[in-house]
Amino acid sequence: MPANSRLLRDFRHDALTFALSVLALLASLLISGAARADALDDTLVRFLDDKFPQTEKAIGELAAEAPPQAAAILEALGDNRLLIDPADHIVAYKTATGTILNAKTGEAIANAAAFKKVRVNNALRRAIEGATGSLTLANPDPEKRLAAAEDVFRTRDANALPALEAQIAKESDPRVADAFRLARAAILATSDSATAQDRLAAIDTLKARGDQDAQSLIDRIAQKATDPAVKSAADSALSSIHTRLMMWGAAQDLWYGLSASSVLLLAAIGLAITFGVMGVINMAHGEMVMLGAYATYVVQLLLPPSLQNWSLAFAIPLAFLVAAIVGVAIERLIIRYLYTRPLETLLATWGVSLILQQTVRSLFGANNRLVSNPPFMSGAFHVGGLEITTNRMWIIVLAIVVFVGLQLVLRATPFGLQMRAVTQNRRMAAAMGISTARIDMLAFALGSGVAGIAGVALSQIDNVSPNLGQGYIIDSFMVVVFGGVGNLWGTALGALTLGIANKILEPVIGAVQGQIVLLIVIILFIQKRPRGLFALKGRAVEA
Amino acid sequence: MNAQLDRIGLIFVALLALAAITVPVLSLATPADSAFNIPPYLVQLLGKYLCYAILAVALDLVWGYCGILSLGHGAFFALGGYAMGMYLMRQIGTRGVYANPILPDFMVFLNWKELPVAWWGFNWFPYALLMVVLVPGVLALAFGWFAFRSRVTGVYLSIITQAMTFALFKEFFRNDFGFGGNNGLTDFKDLLGFSLQSASTKAALFSASAIALILAYAVTRAIIGSKYGKALTAVRDAESRMRFVGYRVENYKLFAFVVSAVMAGIAGALYVPQVGIINPSEFAPGNSIEAAIWVAVGGRATLVGAAVGAIAVNFAKTYFTGAFPEYWLYGLGLLFVLVTLFLPRGLLGLLLRPPGEKPRVEAPPIAVEEGADP
Repeated sequence: MPANSRLLRDFRHDALTFALSVLALLASLLISGAARADALDDTLVRFLDDKFPQTEKAIGELAAEAPPQAAAILEALGDNRLLIDPADHIVAYKTATGTILNAKTGEAIANAAAFKKVRVNNALRRAIEGATGSLTLANPDPEKRLAAAEDVFRTRDANALPALEAQIAKESDPRVADAFRLARAAILATSDSATAQDRLAAIDTLKARGDQDAQSLIDRIAQKATDPAVKSAADSALSSIHTRLMMWGAAQDLWYGLSASSVLLLAAIGLAITFGVMGVINMAHGEMVMLGAYATYVVQLLLPPSLQNWSLAFAIPLAFLVAAIVGVAIERLIIRYLYTRPLETLLATWGVSLILQQTVRSLFGANNRLVSNPPFMSGAFHVGGLEITTNRMWIIVLAIVVFVGLQLVLRATPFGLQMRAVTQNRRMAAAMGISTARIDMLAFALGSGVAGIAGVALSQIDNVSPNLGQGYIIDSFMVVVFGGVGNLWGTALGALTLGIANKILEPVIGAVQGQIVLLIVIILFIQKRPRGLFALKGRAVEA
Repeated sequence: MNAQLDRIGLIFVALLALAAITVPVLSLATPADSAFNIPPYLVQLLGKYLCYAILAVALDLVWGYCGILSLGHGAFFALGGYAMGMYLMRQIGTRGVYANPILPDFMVFLNWKELPVAWWGFNWFPYALLMVVLVPGVLALAFGWFAFRSRVTGVYLSIITQAMTFALFKEFFRNDFGFGGNNGLTDFKDLLGFSLQSASTKAALFSASAIALILAYAVTRAIIGSKYGKALTAVRDAESRMRFVGYRVENYKLFAFVVSAVMAGIAGALYVPQVGIINPSEFAPGNSIEAAIWVAVGGRATLVGAAVGAIAVNFAKTYFTGAFPEYWLYGLGLLFVLVTLFLPRGLLGLLLRPPGEKPRVEAPPIAVEEGADP
């Protein structure tokens, strides 16, 4: 559905722009076509002299008049491709393919013999760059204007100032106007000739932008300023930007933490189910995640290009199925014989994990496989000072959906009810007529299937390799130990705590130290609560 | 059955003592083309197996007799190895690539000016030996004290020990940690003045490993046979009951855990001069789990079985990784699965069972108690 409506919206948008541009084209043809021709002629004549001051004047006029041919002419001039025939009074340029076109009419010229190049020097090149910049500032496409404004903001080219000021007056799109004002402020902040008033205005504008670039610009004003008013304004702006940046930084860390938590939750929640129901550790759980990731890879490989955008829609059910089937096989063939020996289950499933890893290595090779993001999951966007990568965002969404879905299964289905009963007291549940063997099998299928879904998510952010699962399994164990097995909320809380704490500690003491600190914290924590945050209570818990 | 096990133990010790004498003799005193000659590389390989066997005996003490499946013994082993490696590193002195008399090569490479405090004293052999014992011992003491006091048992304990191993694994990979980072410690020249390359040093190290294995067996056997050992086994079989009877269960476990960790450290210290390198991959969580399968293959709570299992599995590993490198992981994986499913008492358990009699219990009853603590 969302993709559908997006398509529709795109279509509407396209149709609208098309209609507008047709109108604009018609209007420009009708109104200004005739009037402009003479002005352009006057300008082009200046090139025929081939004298630097004349050429510079011509550049300035091209920038100011902005006829449709200006961009091509300026580009050709910069590349030494602008040609003149002083005898016949023709200005022309050579295209990249070598054909010669009349600069004014755009018609091809067959006879190239009489032409000579227009000379340029470095001063002229600068003028050309400035003029090209101002031309883009006047581009009819608002996106192009925005990009040009960003360009000026970065280069802080003082030559662009007049064009910029002219455009600010004309600009109708508020976003672009803002960008223009920022660019102007950036130029004023760095130029030595700006007045105190200009500088104060620049500081105000930059303060509103409030990012790292703005900070460094204001810093430059503060260092150069002699006027006390400017100086104090700059200082206060600096401190306000500083706190702002700190807050955004903290928010960004929180976001990273949330993203790490969602991955942890996806990887650990299946483990919590199997561990909770059966009290056995499935060391091959990481390999279920890995299988899910490879299922995504296979889907991407087999799907025709027309369906590639929908690959995840196929990958998620397939990954669930593959992992669930393998999980059931492990449960039926191995784990069910080892229920009274949990420690040996650990060893046996470790053996299974080795076999699965080696199988995948034999089938797909030991190298990383590339799984590409579908379009809606690639790229990033900004919310204030926050950079949000789209794939991470969707993984968070997926984690929430999986969590809610599992809660529904556990709370609202007969299977969930029976599963909870077995978790709480296996013997009593069996005495009440629940087939514990069946529940074990289904719980294992569910837990493994969810791990497969986690694999789909991980394939979007991590390398798909046979060792994929190994990287997450120990952290998942920690989540389960920390959160306890009585309740999925424990797993969620455990994943959130560990994920966020890790990302908050990471910049302070480094990634590895952060993990070690967390490990120590967990060991100390289970002093107080040996069975995790949400422990089951009851007589059979120890069993 | 215990008497039977002791008889096997005696044979085992006698064989080891024999090997400790004959292997060096055959290696050094016979001509290289003789059929009886044991080339130095083989001596080294056998010595490596014996170190693994010590590790297996150490693990059997805690797993077989106390029900603690520690997945941290690979880490204790590696810590002992690092302590020995640091001594060997400082012995290199001016023979290193950078010829710095104090700083090992990797520190010069990283542009360090002073020897980190952790490395002080390691040029003195007795201090290094002390550290071989102390570092794993103290870590085990601290870790075990917290873990056992809060009654972390069963798979929870396994996971926590594995997490500890994993944390060390990652930490040792860092250059800043000061132990050679990714490359670890290597390029060793000599031990107590004897060149590590010479055949006689290799033979001596083999004998030392064999003697260490005998001692490890003797110490463990003595612990198991003592009154304390009986209590330890009782803790394994019925922890809560022992606690109710009035035993301080955690102290029993802690003692066994620390002794075992120290033995693992000593095994690591003997291992490093023989293989000539110690790097962070020795901390890999998989290594610790593999050690558990050696014990399982040989037979838990048999000591001899653990040692035999370690030697047998590692022999198979050497053979298969050479002959069929792609299939070794399948083989190892299947070994894990099949042994736990069909050979819960290991090879020695199979041997010890009188013919015709069906096993009374499938596995030694370990840590599964119904309706224990509320």
